[in-house]
Amino acid sequence: MTLDTVIPARVLVTKIGLDGHDRGSRIVAAYLRDAGMEVIYTDPWQKLEAVVALALQEDVDVIGISSLATDHLLVPKLMKALDEAGLGHIRVIVGGIVPAEEEADLLKAGVSRVFHPGSGREEIVEAVAKLAVDAADDRTDD
Amino acid sequence: MNKIDAKVHSGGSDRETAARDWKSGYQAQVREGKTVRNRSGLEIQPLYWPDEEVDATYDAKLGFPGSGPMTRGIYPSMHRGRTWTQRQLIGLGRPEDFNGRIKKILKSGASALSIIPCNSVYRGVDANEVEPELLGTCGTVINTVQDMDISLADIPIGDISIGLNDPNPFTMLAQLLIVAEQRGVPWSKITGTSNQSDYISHFVANHMFYRLSLTGARRVQLDAIEWLAENVPNWNPLSVVGQHMQQAGATPAQAMGLTLSSAIQYAEDCMARGLEPNKFLERFTFFFDISISFFEEVAKFRAGRRIWARLVEERFGVSNLRAKRFKFHAQTSGVDLTRQQPLNNISRVAVQAMAGILGGLQSLHTDGYDEVFTTPTEGPAKVAIATQNILKHEAGLCDVIDPLGGSYYVETLTDQMEAEILRVIAEIDEQGGMFKAVENGFVQKAIGESALGFQEAVDTGEQIVVGVNAYQEEEEETVLPAIDRPDPDWMQGQIDRLAAYKANRDQGGVTTALSDMRTAARSESENTFAAIVVATRAGATQGEIIAVLRDELGFGRPLVVA
Repeated sequence: MTLDTVIPARVLVTKIGLDGHDRGSRIVAAYLRDAGMEVIYTDPWQKLEAVVALALQEDVDVIGISSLATDHLLVPKLMKALDEAGLGHIRVIVGGIVPAEEEADLLKAGVSRVFHPGSGREEIVEAVAKLAVDAADDRTDD
Repeated sequence: MNKIDAKVHSGGSDRETAARDWKSGYQAQVREGKTVRNRSGLEIQPLYWPDEEVDATYDAKLGFPGSGPMTRGIYPSMHRGRTWTQRQLIGLGRPEDFNGRIKKILKSGASALSIIPCNSVYRGVDANEVEPELLGTCGTVINTVQDMDISLADIPIGDISIGLNDPNPFTMLAQLLIVAEQRGVPWSKITGTSNQSDYISHFVANHMFYRLSLTGARRVQLDAIEWLAENVPNWNPLSVVGQHMQQAGATPAQAMGLTLSSAIQYAEDCMARGLEPNKFLERFTFFFDISISFFEEVAKFRAGRRIWARLVEERFGVSNLRAKRFKFHAQTSGVDLTRQQPLNNISRVAVQAMAGILGGLQSLHTDGYDEVFTTPTEGPAKVAIATQNILKHEAGLCDVIDPLGGSYYVETLTDQMEAEILRVIAEIDEQGGMFKAVENGFVQKAIGESALGFQEAVDTGEQIVVGVNAYQEEEEETVLPAIDRPDPDWMQGQIDRLAAYKANRDQGGVTTALSDMRTAARSESENTFAAIVVATRAGATQGEIIAVLRDELGFGRPLVVA
């Protein structure tokens, strides 16, 4: 697939773990929706298995994990679970309060990008659109 | 302006009578030692007000602090008499880690303590039931009376005000009461507040602090208010929270209006139970966010205080002065802090804190400058406390009561904020009250729109944020302390401690107490909170108690309006 694809990107915006602060995830979901993407939005506190099942069922290209209070520490486990479910092509991004040391761990675990407070609409929408194309390309290659 | 003594003794007009009343209230609270002077040697009076011929509207709109419209403050002496309480929220790791840190913080000037439990406690599950990576990363793991006892080791719990971040059904409070019992401290000496007790706000904003369904939480809350009034009379069972809503995106006026609407809902619920508003309202407290929009925040607090004093009289027929007092704790806004150029956050926190102080707060938490990166670490937490001490002792903010009162701008803004807040309250009234407006998603939708509106303003550059969309600099090495994550071995120790606690208790007693609690939850005539205290005394963990209550009263699910 190429950048001029007419199929809209499909993005799951969710929160895992124990925290419920959702200002960030709601704003990002609205950004992506405004940009014409298909956004699947969930309640907070999703179990990792539930995220994997939903990603499969909804055939998403990108998963956005919003984390305010250390829930990003579970993301390496999520990456592993996605891989095991044969969903390795899905791009995962994390947004929120992520200390620099731990950002490195997330990237090493396969996360495509970490967004911090202060990231703007344009930056987020562009990155997600590009990652969705990458994911779709990888899937076609399979 | 006025010269107190000359005017107070001259007698005559209503203004002078009111001034005399205020002065005697003031003198009852403040033992005025030496005259307060500024650096130029000039004498500073505790309060300034206009002459009657200059401003005839003063008495009705502003009045003297401690009575009447309360715009200028809820006590005659305000910060000149007793400064605000420095209450820093902390909580990390194991109970002993919390205990070590709270002792240091008390030593450095904090005058009350506050406990934040681990997010697993907020979810209502014990340490052995969560992903171990998350244990203790945002707060202290407190599941049992033993955990609470270790957290408060060497702390004189009858002599210090304790803020528990303890959402409905208030299991931490039950643990605290049993610790008091074990130490021989009478419950009448226990003072403090159930923070995060405003279950409605949790369903609106951060989906963080609820463990039971909306209706289940309503039941337990009223049971707790009723039981505590009898048994722990100096405890504040309710803190009505605007902070969550403003952090989630509500504008300051919206947050104040929605908070007052929640308070109205709680008061009406209590009255439906036959409780007396002149009594229970004495124990209502509030908790707000302070953004960096300085004058807007000052006006928000002044307007909120005035509305509440009038509203409880008009709606609930309250005549007791103590029940009209709008007591509030406030926290500087984390949303305003930036990851870019993080030391700038120290300036932001200082300005936010000033707005809260000049707005007349009773208790203050200042954020650490590293909160955009991680849960605050020790160094930045110390700077945050020092900021309060600097404002208190060096800047002279406590010398004069309501020092911005009478400013053309601040008074106009206070009136405007009041009108906007009243508009929000009327809107919620039209929805049938706050409970219904949250159940049907009205409030969540309104806050979501405001959050998006603010973000748009930042994205377009209309709202300048230094270091974010203006005055950016090349990323340089930031001077941040290392993050503080609990040692996994320590957390395993905590899980083992829980297992040992359960193995050593009288299991028969626990089973009976939990089953009695179930019966209490089923019967409208029994008090669930009384049963929670009994179960806690018998050795039940918070996770076990909440599991039973969820079974009977419903599980809290987020009411998210995307």
